[in-house]
Amino acid sequence: MQTALRTRAHGFLAVLTVALSAALLAGCGINNIPSYENQAKAAWSEVLNQYKRRTDLIPNLVETVKGFAEQERKVLTDVIEARAKATGVQLPADAVTNPEAMKKFMDAQGQLGSALRQLLLVVERYPDIKSGQNFLALQSQIEGTENRIAVARRDYIEAVRRYNTELVTFPGRLWKWAMYGANKEMATFDIPAAETTAPKVDFGTRKP
Amino acid sequence: MSRDATARWALRMRGPAFAVAMVLTGVIAGVLFAALPAGLAIAQLSNPRFPALTGRIVDGAGLLNAQDRAEIEARLKALEGKATDQLVVVTVRSLEGYAVEDYAIRLARHWKIGQQGTNNGVVLLVAPNDRKVRIEVGRGLEGQLTDAMSALIVANAILPAFRRGEFATGIKAGVRDITDVLLGDAEAVRQRAARLKSRDSGLDPVAVMILLFWLAVVGFIVYAHIQQARSMPAGAGRRIRRSGRGRDDPGIIIIPGGFGGSGNWGGGGSDGGWSGGGGGDFGGGGSSGSW
Repeated sequence: MQTALRTRAHGFLAVLTVALSAALLAGCGINNIPSYENQAKAAWSEVLNQYKRRTDLIPNLVETVKGFAEQERKVLTDVIEARAKATGVQLPADAVTNPEAMKKFMDAQGQLGSALRQLLLVVERYPDIKSGQNFLALQSQIEGTENRIAVARRDYIEAVRRYNTELVTFPGRLWKWAMYGANKEMATFDIPAAETTAPKVDFGTRKP
Repeated sequence: MSRDATARWALRMRGPAFAVAMVLTGVIAGVLFAALPAGLAIAQLSNPRFPALTGRIVDGAGLLNAQDRAEIEARLKALEGKATDQLVVVTVRSLEGYAVEDYAIRLARHWKIGQQGTNNGVVLLVAPNDRKVRIEVGRGLEGQLTDAMSALIVANAILPAFRRGEFATGIKAGVRDITDVLLGDAEAVRQRAARLKSRDSGLDPVAVMILLFWLAVVGFIVYAHIQQARSMPAGAGRRIRRSGRGRDDPGIIIIPGGFGGSGNWGGGGSDGGWSGGGGGDFGGGGSSGSW
């Protein structure tokens, strides 16, 4: 009788200690996984947002250039096709955890970026376009968007790094095993060196 | 206690003691491991050595004298007072190998210029040795101070002066244009830019008109005075002077308010403690230029 009571008391005490330690460890980041995940998803929408912004600027740019430089057909066609391809890439809802889809999307956007740079290079040869008020405004907008894309991508990579690290290092690992088994590491991407600098306008070379 | 009793006590306590030991180990391990990711995070963000945010103007490259600083400071303070937008002017000796866009946004985020939530900060960064300038616009102001507007300001207000080596003039013009846009008067900035494009001379027709107006007023007063003196006989003039007219002598010239602009700016010199960045965020908007 005495032993049975003691065993039950010990059992109860064991449960109590487990609960206590769980609660104490909870201060060490039980909420990190979902909050980092949400931050990374928000950073991803920001990236998509900026890409869309660039895509929206392109038709206007093409029209402006076409008015002056009809003969640069090839470059204009390249840009239009690249844009169509970029908007045509269907991003699945789980793109952030799907490295394949991510890579396809980033490749399409990368091609659009280089076609765009080509076009801007070609425009350098046409002083009429370069000094047009319309074009200057467009160019500054495109530069601004490229810069924003670069910033959004850096922020996303940082957010994903934090989330993935949390999933893999010690307390996060336990929480993942215990509660967030469905969470996968998010896909990140490398920024190719050619894209790290936004296309710059050298106002110094423009004669007023 | 007797040895037997102690032994029995120890035996009885072994369960709970073990449990407490486990809890303690778990807590210590958790705390130690929780500190790890933070350490990794710090290693990743390789920021350049930023200057300290000592005020609204951080003149690391020594481009502004005391009077310039006072003028610009007053404008910046007035802007924040009217619109809560924070505009900070920074000059640095070196960009430390970073592109000006990269440096500017890292600096702006590090200092957290702009109010939390509204993100209404602007940083005007000048790197004279790298020959780069950038207007970095916070997320909340991107609709007002658009990229196109920033590019206009850089090209028309800032770079021409910088090319002549007049950094203070360029910075003052840039600050004036940015504050104009932020206070709602983008049209004035555009008109100034258009005027600068069409004429190289720095003479502002509005200023010329004001000058002519006051010259006309002064001329009229002097003329009237002369007429009066001529029409009165000498004796009467003396009499009038002795009698002491009650009303104002038109010979007193009232200094027109338009020329006295610099007087207003003198008062805003020492700020009495600007608390610094308000927690604003930046998304990469703005425009750069080089000369």
